Amino acid sequence: MLSIRHIVKQYAGHTALNDVSLEVESGKIFGLLGPNGAGKTSLIRIINQITAPDSGEVYFNGERLNQSHIERIGYLPEERGLYKKMEIGEQIVYLARLKGLSRHEATKRIKYWFEKLQIENWWHKKVEELSKGMQQKAQFVATVLHEPELLILDEPFSGFDPVNAEVIKDEILELNRKGATILFSTHRMESVEELCDSIALINKSQKILDGKVKAIRKSYRNDTYLVEYAGEQISFNGNEPFEQLAELGEDDGAYMVKLKLKPGADSNSVLQYFIPRVRVNMLQEVIPTMHEIFIEKVNQIG
Amino acid sequence: MNKVLLIIQREYLTRVKKRSFVIMIFVVPLLILAMGAVIKFIAKKSGEITSLQTVNVVDSTGAFAGQFHNVPNIKFQTLNVTLAQAKLSSKENEDVFTLYIPAKFNPKAPIQIYSKKKPPLPLTTQIEKQMNDIAIANSFKEQHIDTAIVNHIRKTDISVSPVELTETGDKKTSMGANIGVGISCAILIYMSIFIYGAQVMRGVIEEKTNRIIEVVISSVKPFQLMLGKIIGVGLVGLTQFGAWTVLSVVAAKVAGQSSQVGIMNFLSAIQTIPFGFILGCFVFYFTSGYLLYSALFAAVGSAVDSETETQQFMFPITLPLLFTYILSVSVLFQAPNSPLAVWLSIIPFTAPVAMMVRLPFDPPVWQIAVSMALMVVGFLFTTYVASRIYRVGVLMYGKKASFKELSKWFFYKE
Repeated sequence: MLSIRHIVKQYAGHTALNDVSLEVESGKIFGLLGPNGAGKTSLIRIINQITAPDSGEVYFNGERLNQSHIERIGYLPEERGLYKKMEIGEQIVYLARLKGLSRHEATKRIKYWFEKLQIENWWHKKVEELSKGMQQKAQFVATVLHEPELLILDEPFSGFDPVNAEVIKDEILELNRKGATILFSTHRMESVEELCDSIALINKSQKILDGKVKAIRKSYRNDTYLVEYAGEQISFNGNEPFEQLAELGEDDGAYMVKLKLKPGADSNSVLQYFIPRVRVNMLQEVIPTMHEIFIEKVNQIG
Repeated sequence: MNKVLLIIQREYLTRVKKRSFVIMIFVVPLLILAMGAVIKFIAKKSGEITSLQTVNVVDSTGAFAGQFHNVPNIKFQTLNVTLAQAKLSSKENEDVFTLYIPAKFNPKAPIQIYSKKKPPLPLTTQIEKQMNDIAIANSFKEQHIDTAIVNHIRKTDISVSPVELTETGDKKTSMGANIGVGISCAILIYMSIFIYGAQVMRGVIEEKTNRIIEVVISSVKPFQLMLGKIIGVGLVGLTQFGAWTVLSVVAAKVAGQSSQVGIMNFLSAIQTIPFGFILGCFVFYFTSGYLLYSALFAAVGSAVDSETETQQFMFPITLPLLFTYILSVSVLFQAPNSPLAVWLSIIPFTAPVAMMVRLPFDPPVWQIAVSMALMVVGFLFTTYVASRIYRVGVLMYGKKASFKELSKWFFYKE
């Protein structure tokens, strides 16, 4: 769907993107992660043809990115805005027409979306009369109205209350089910794990990690488990099939420990060790979250 | 191209639909009419004497008394009383004036007129004229020259009436009307370039601070957006001028029907001006001057985050036009073919104002042609420069822009 090859972008004095390559698969949700100032927005602007790279190419469905692709991309920038004095309906019609829709078609689709999001009575409202969250909703409609094949969302949930964030999330997932590829830029990791199929991690203008979310998390497994047991506290002597990493304290007669398996051991051997001695409340493998991987990776490089 | 049309349409409609625009269309011609009426009223008040004014002459020399003759609404009477007594009657009645000619009369020194209110200008001119005539006649008499002959010789009244030689025959011209039209066109162009240029700038800043710019330029090229905005606002300006012209003509016709002499004179003076030619040039110089400057204004708008930051850029940009404007209304129209005037009317940055002032004085055709050609080159040039700054500027936030920074942006690659 989208193939980004060896992009370099320099601004006076600093490099925004240094040889970044990415592959976004068709129909998937792709997360572009990285701390503020890492180069995410620069990359997104290049995909949107707002700026051009100094070197490297972008391919859209196998074709070199060109003007004709503009109408097939929908872009919701992080810093978003609408004309304050213009009526919402007219404004979205205008933005949709800039993306190549006819006035008639745009009006029809806006009505559909407004009904769907239960904002039918907003048509003649001016932007300045709406709350920030309401503006975001309207802007979302403007982004998806021309039914883009590629939807680029920069921090789409910022500014929404939890209820509306959920509504928007469902809409994004539905669009994705209908075939839209979604490129999702964020520095909030927790949203990535439930939404994204694949991610790329960008830090200091370089890509430092990419791949499928599950595979990445798997590769960061390090045989660490959490065990909670009730009964008498066990003191470990070193002959167990694991090492104790941390004692996480006692709560109402239940103890929590963090363990790392010794080579050759598995979760069953942990249970076999515990069961004769205490009552096991819980055994859980500790797989690092994307957040932890992110922090670890960023600190490693940093 | 289709997208530029869409942008033009939006920029145009959002402005034209504003209530303030509609109000301005009607208010400005009304204001001009009202101003004309007020000026006329005031001129009438001070220019004509409408009721009978009496001038009591207290003549200590005896040389003037009895020689004043009455004119409509001014009656002269000689009083043989003291000055103090005469003043008393002037104090009681405001239509009575006391003219006091002292015994030590000196024809070079002013003499006094006493009254309750300020004497109207025609009254004092009338007195001055008559006294001068009397003093001269008295002097002739002293030299034993026959005043009848002198009066006969002095019966001339010469005034100059300009007639312009043209190929279609001699025609009456009105220099005053020409200068008036030239200067008012120049003022109008000067003001409207700034008014509409500032609107472009404000529009750019609005898009930038609203952050809608990023959404829009993910659909169109920054250059298209800038061009659409400039053309859209320019059309608003032309619409406004068009409406004003139509309304003024209608208003003048209506006023003309009430057959006031002043307006008829004004209209006949106007008719000596090649109206179509001036109007055509006005539209050309407004359009090209506006395009030239508004591109620069757009670039300034793109470089800043708020209107308050525009000051440092506005001054150097507005300087050439301001300079020409001041020169135009003060000296250029007195020397329309001086080298300064010619150069100013050819340099694109100053031509819109300078050429409008020169036009009524029939500058050589080649100068108009060169000036117009350079205007086109000029606005293509500024639009090119501005678009290169604009495309970078609109995406820059929180960076303090300076001229050095702007020149860097100019050389950025895409």
